[in-house]
Amino acid sequence: MHRLRSTLTALGIIFGVSSVIAMLAIGEGASQDAQEKIAQLGSHNIIIKTVKPTEDQSALGQQQTLMEYGLTYADAERFRNAIPNVTVIVPNRRLFEQVQYRTNRIAIEVVGTVPWYPEISSVRIKYGRFLSSIDMYYKRGICVVDEKIINDLFGFDDPLGQDIKIASDYYQVVGIVSEQTKSETSSGLEETDATGAKKVGANLGGIYIPLNTVRNRFGEMSLQITSGSRNIEKVELQEIIVKVANIDQVLGTRQSVETILKRFHKKEDYKITVPLELMRQAKEFQRIFTVVLGSIAAISLLVGGIGIMNIMLATVSERTREIGIRRALGAKKRDVIFQFLSETLILTLSGGFLGIFLGCLIPYWVTYFTERRTVITTLSLLLAFVISAAVGIIFGLYPAYRAANMDPIESLRHE
Amino acid sequence: MVMQKARDTVEFDGDIPILKMNKLCKNYQLGTVELRVLREIDLTITSGEYVAIMGPSGSGKSTLLNMIGCLDRPTSGVYQLGGQSVSDLNDDQLSMIRGTRIGFIFQSFNLISQLNVIENIQVPMYYQGLTEHESAERARELAEMVGLGHRVDHRPSELSGGQQQRVAIARSLANDPLIILADEPTGNLDSTSGAEILDILHRLHEQDKTLIAVTHDEGIAVGAERVIRLFDGRIDKEEYNKQ
Repeated sequence: MHRLRSTLTALGIIFGVSSVIAMLAIGEGASQDAQEKIAQLGSHNIIIKTVKPTEDQSALGQQQTLMEYGLTYADAERFRNAIPNVTVIVPNRRLFEQVQYRTNRIAIEVVGTVPWYPEISSVRIKYGRFLSSIDMYYKRGICVVDEKIINDLFGFDDPLGQDIKIASDYYQVVGIVSEQTKSETSSGLEETDATGAKKVGANLGGIYIPLNTVRNRFGEMSLQITSGSRNIEKVELQEIIVKVANIDQVLGTRQSVETILKRFHKKEDYKITVPLELMRQAKEFQRIFTVVLGSIAAISLLVGGIGIMNIMLATVSERTREIGIRRALGAKKRDVIFQFLSETLILTLSGGFLGIFLGCLIPYWVTYFTERRTVITTLSLLLAFVISAAVGIIFGLYPAYRAANMDPIESLRHE
Repeated sequence: MVMQKARDTVEFDGDIPILKMNKLCKNYQLGTVELRVLREIDLTITSGEYVAIMGPSGSGKSTLLNMIGCLDRPTSGVYQLGGQSVSDLNDDQLSMIRGTRIGFIFQSFNLISQLNVIENIQVPMYYQGLTEHESAERARELAEMVGLGHRVDHRPSELSGGQQQRVAIARSLANDPLIILADEPTGNLDSTSGAEILDILHRLHEQDKTLIAVTHDEGIAVGAERVIRLFDGRIDKEEYNKQ
C-alpha cells in the first residue's frame, strides 16, 4: 500500500488515540492532586472559619466603630456539649507576625492551637515534640516549627532548643513537624516551580504555639485596625475544626454545627467547609470531565474511521482488477473480505500503537514543563487499543464487503 | 460440501468427458429486451484434448469462456465439469471449482503487480490452504518448467510480455487443474513471444493436459486438435486437425 497515503489515513487514529491518552492522563493527574490536597484537610473534619460579615457600609458613618465578629470559645464549648460523635475539637488563632532568629527575619503565619491539633491535620512530629497540656496550662513560651521554614529562618543551625522572637516575645523551639503527603512526585504540592520562585497559595509552613500563650501575650482577641478607616475589628478565634468518629456522621454533624451557629450568631460571620463534600465534588467533576473527554474522543475517532473507510473504498476501487483475478484463481468472497479487512486492521492498529506511543510521551513533556502531575492509566491504554481495532473492523467492513461482492467478470474487464 | 478432485473417483480415459455441456443457454436482460447470447450449446471435450474456440465478435465466445470458467452461471442447460454438475452451485462452491479444476490464462496476463514471480504462482495454492513451504516449492518447480527459474524474484513490471505470460501459465498449473482455459493467450504478444507461448501450450498438450483456447489467432487453430467455430451464439462448425 502507498506509504504516504497509509500514513495520512492513519493520522486520524493517531491523533484521536494520543489526545485521549494524554488528556486523560492530565485530567487524572489534576484530579489526584486535587483529591490529595483535599484529603489533607481531613475527610472526617468539618472546618469552620471566621469570615468578616458583609455590612452595609453607609450605616457605619464617620465614627470609629468597634466590630466584634466570628467564632468564639463559647461556640467550641457548645459543639462539645451539643453534638454527639465529635471526637476532637480544635480551636485556632491565626496570626501573621514577624519572626526573628539571630539576624534572620521572616514574616509567616503563627498558629495558636491546642495539643491535639495533629489529630485533625496532616502534620507529624519529626523531631522533638508537639505542644502539651502542661504548655497550655502554664501558658509557656514554646513553639513548634514546620520544617519548611527551617532553611530560611535557621540556616544550617539546629532549631531544637533555640529561641526565636515572635513579635515582641521569645519562644523556645521544642519540636519540628512535617506535612504528610501521600505521593512522592506530587508536583502540584511543590512550593517552588521550575524557576525556583515560591508558588502562590502553596502551604508555606508555619509556627505553632499554645493557644493559651497567644491569649496571654496577644490578648483575648485579635485586633485589626484597617488602614485608611477608623474601624476596629475584634476576633476571638479564626478557626474551629471539628472531627467526627465515622465518615457517615460527617454530613449530619455539619448540619448540627450550622444549626448551632445560626442560632447563636446574629450575622453570617463564619464559613463551613467540609472536605468530604469537596472530595465528592472533585470526584464528580472528574467523572464529568472523563465523559466529556470520552465523547470528544469518540467523535474524533469516528471522523478518523470515516476517513479510513473512504480511503479503503478508493483502494478497493483501484484494485478492482486484482480482485477479479483473485476470484478467478479461486478466492472465495470471504477470502476477499479477509484480505481487505486485515489491511484496514493493520492500518488502524499501527495508527493505534503510534497514538499510544505519542499519547504516553505528551504527559511526560507536560509534567516536565509545567511541574504538574500526570497519570497514565492502563485503562486508557487498553481502551485505546481496543478502540483502534474496533474502528478498523467497523469502518473496514463495508469496503471489504464491497470488494467481495464485485462481479468477477466485470472486475476482470476493469482497466 | 466437500469437493474432491474428480480424478480421485473417476477415470478419464476418453470414455467420460472432462467437460460436457447440454443445451446450454445464456440470456441477458437488456431493459425489456432479452438477449440470447448462447443458444443451446452442446459441447463435449475429452481428457487431453486441445480445443480452439473461434468466432467473430458477437458470436458469444467470451460468454462461452465465462461459462466454461465458472465465472458465470447459465440461464438453462447442463454443464458438467469432471463429471460433476456445476450449473447450480453457490458462489463459494464455484470459487472452489475455479481454484482447483480450472487454470486461467488471460490475454493481458493479469499478474498481481505487487507480487513477484514466485508469489504470483503461489496465489491459487494459497487459496486452497497450502502452507507457505509447500506452495513455494511447487511454485519454484513450475517457474523452472516455463523457463523462468532465474527470475523468480522479479516483479511483473520487470518482465517482458512473453515472460509475464509464462508466469501466468505456470500459475494456471499451480493446483493441477482438470482444464487449462486460455483467453487470447497470444493477443498481447509479438510474433516471437507468441510463438514461444504456443510452444509451451503444445508441450502441455503433449503432457496430456486438456487445453481450451478461445482465440482469433488462426495460428492456434492450426496447432489445436479441434477447432470449434461459433456463430451467433451457436456452434457453427467443428474442424479436426490431423496431429
